[in-house]
Amino acid sequence: MSGWTRKDLLGLDELSADELRIILDTAKAFKGVGERSLKKVPALRGHTMVNFFVEPSTRTRTSFELAAMRLSADVVNISATASSLQKGESLKDTALNLEALRADIIVLRHSSAGASRFLAERLKASIINAGDGAHEHPTQGLLDIFTMIEKRGSLEGAEVAIIGDILFSRVARSNIYALNKLGAKVTLVGPSTLVPKAFEKLGVKVAHRIDDILETADVVNLLRIQHERQRKEYFPGIGEYIKLFGLTKARAERLKPGCLIMHPGPINRGVEIDSDVADGDQSVILEQVTNGLAVRMAVLYLCAGGVGLPS
Amino acid sequence: MSTLRIFNGRIIDPANGRDEKADLWIRDGIIIETPADGSKADSEIDAKGRIVAPGLIDIHVHFREPGQSHKETIGTGSQAAAAGGFTSVVCMPNTSPAADNAGTITLIREKAAASSCVNIFTTGAITKGLAGEELAPYNAMVGAGIVAITDDGHCVQNHEVMRRAVEYARMFGLVVLDHCQDYSLVGGGVMNEGEWSLRLGLPGWPRIGEEIIVMRNILLADLCDSPIHCQHISSGGSVRLIREARARGVKISGEVCPHHIALTDDRLQTFDSNYKMNPPLRTERDIEAIIGGIADGTLDILCSDHAPHAKYEKEVELDQAPFGILGLETEFGLFSDILVHKKKAIDMARLIELYTAKPAKLLSLDRGTLSVGAPGDVTLIDPDLEWVYDKEQSPSLSRNTPFHGTEMKGRAVQTIVAGKTVWSL
Repeated sequence: MSGWTRKDLLGLDELSADELRIILDTAKAFKGVGERSLKKVPALRGHTMVNFFVEPSTRTRTSFELAAMRLSADVVNISATASSLQKGESLKDTALNLEALRADIIVLRHSSAGASRFLAERLKASIINAGDGAHEHPTQGLLDIFTMIEKRGSLEGAEVAIIGDILFSRVARSNIYALNKLGAKVTLVGPSTLVPKAFEKLGVKVAHRIDDILETADVVNLLRIQHERQRKEYFPGIGEYIKLFGLTKARAERLKPGCLIMHPGPINRGVEIDSDVADGDQSVILEQVTNGLAVRMAVLYLCAGGVGLPS
Repeated sequence: MSTLRIFNGRIIDPANGRDEKADLWIRDGIIIETPADGSKADSEIDAKGRIVAPGLIDIHVHFREPGQSHKETIGTGSQAAAAGGFTSVVCMPNTSPAADNAGTITLIREKAAASSCVNIFTTGAITKGLAGEELAPYNAMVGAGIVAITDDGHCVQNHEVMRRAVEYARMFGLVVLDHCQDYSLVGGGVMNEGEWSLRLGLPGWPRIGEEIIVMRNILLADLCDSPIHCQHISSGGSVRLIREARARGVKISGEVCPHHIALTDDRLQTFDSNYKMNPPLRTERDIEAIIGGIADGTLDILCSDHAPHAKYEKEVELDQAPFGILGLETEFGLFSDILVHKKKAIDMARLIELYTAKPAKLLSLDRGTLSVGAPGDVTLIDPDLEWVYDKEQSPSLSRNTPFHGTEMKGRAVQTIVAGKTVWSL
């Protein structure tokens, strides 16, 4: 399959179903590479990737770094505290400097929605969005979907419940956009303050009782409560949240036997998910992390101009 | 002694209910009767095909002087005003330092006298430092020449402070202009709260953040029996509240900026900060309600909220960009295009009234009329001229406009202040 023409990956909202499939197919091929003893391919030899993380991250940054290394790219990591943004330099100027150093790919994590688009419109380098505010986290959405498809085949008609803090979640948005395009039926579950009814305009169902989805879901994707993004209280406390929306053992037992339990991490054991449930048979949380590597290799490869599938 | 005769034009002077073909004479900057003796004027303007209107008035502009003259000066702002057909503007007090004292206001007026090509009216702050806590010295500021008070850009959150402000302002006959924004409801909102803010993951600025302050102002205007003018109305709900209150005789009024009826919040999907202003762009539903409010007289002031910002200030992450856009050069054309030509909500005479007699009356300005004895401020208008805005031609120091390349119908083509042409197409 060919047809990838974008230099950037900014979000899943703007991708077609075909473009999503190109990435997923490419990721599948790269997953095979990851299972060999020699895990490195020369696809991006001579390319420079800058991991530009203005907002903290361990998992995503490491995953991109490893993905780039496996493609034989040279990798530089920049964090907010180490960058000149601290000295008052604008995002645009910092990025122009990175480009002047001939970075081919810039992976940007930023607290402002639209930050990656802002760079993509101004730089020749490929911009990969590694999370922009509450807007999108496309590679997380892709790895979630890659995992769902790997485990259960087509998503056509699949019931996917996304549970938790949807309002502030870029992961939820990227999931919603892509799942809708691939034919899944999405239900958002959470407190009415964090899952406002207006989300229905995005083509999803909204529920405020976890009971509504337990027996019908094919996938439950649990999101962390993002304290750092909430400027005020959206619910009275963690205790009440667990009682209403936590995936407790009792609730997990009511899930269909084949229902996948997913979480983008970092997990808060005992809050959105019971500790044993997180480690249980239906949990694919760590497989998501492994798949993230393959998905990010695919994204880097495609945006850097790679064509066809790696052999 | 110097005389000017404007002939061949259609005089529209809403303050006097005039709409007729006639000559207009100005002598030494003052409008006079057409001389009965058939004498010749020193200079003449042929206004064939033009409307001869009182000089347009914009009661809501930011000219950034003192303190931020890299964005705009009173001089460059006045040239932008003239290029939009405006002979008078009312400057907001959120300069640096804020215009919350007689000294700063005197400075602004001196700068204006030295550098402006149009009439500059000044406002003073409601509260010291626009902080919403202590009343600014209204008596001293009136002495320095303010025409109203406002904390524009900010909003007095404490209702007790606002009540005292309105009560105290009443003693001086000052109208209180209010930027209606409840901080607790709006928080860090950068765009209309709705489908698009959810899609884009941008913090929402809900309509109710405006409406609740409009309602507060209605209650205070009623309680104090003193006028409050709600600035830049963006929400359809605010229109309904104001309409209902005016029907009861409450001294409440509201103004509209062109971007709030020309653009909707889906524009933010490009994350272009030229679509970021405060209050934010909203939806078609709001636009319909606002146009309905203009059509039925609920909202009877039009203005720009001309808010210049340097390119490097606007060219940042959307949530970190300052609010506001340019407006003086495009506002008349946009309102003419939308209200008169496209929606046919009002006619050209009414549009002129909303830009002349109405603002003059609200702020008791000796302008906005072609009465004999009034200042010779005149705007010539081509009501059907089709034109395209080119921001690169702007005399403003800034370029932050979403209307570059926008086609409009209707334009001011000549601006005359006290009998002197300060701009013409």
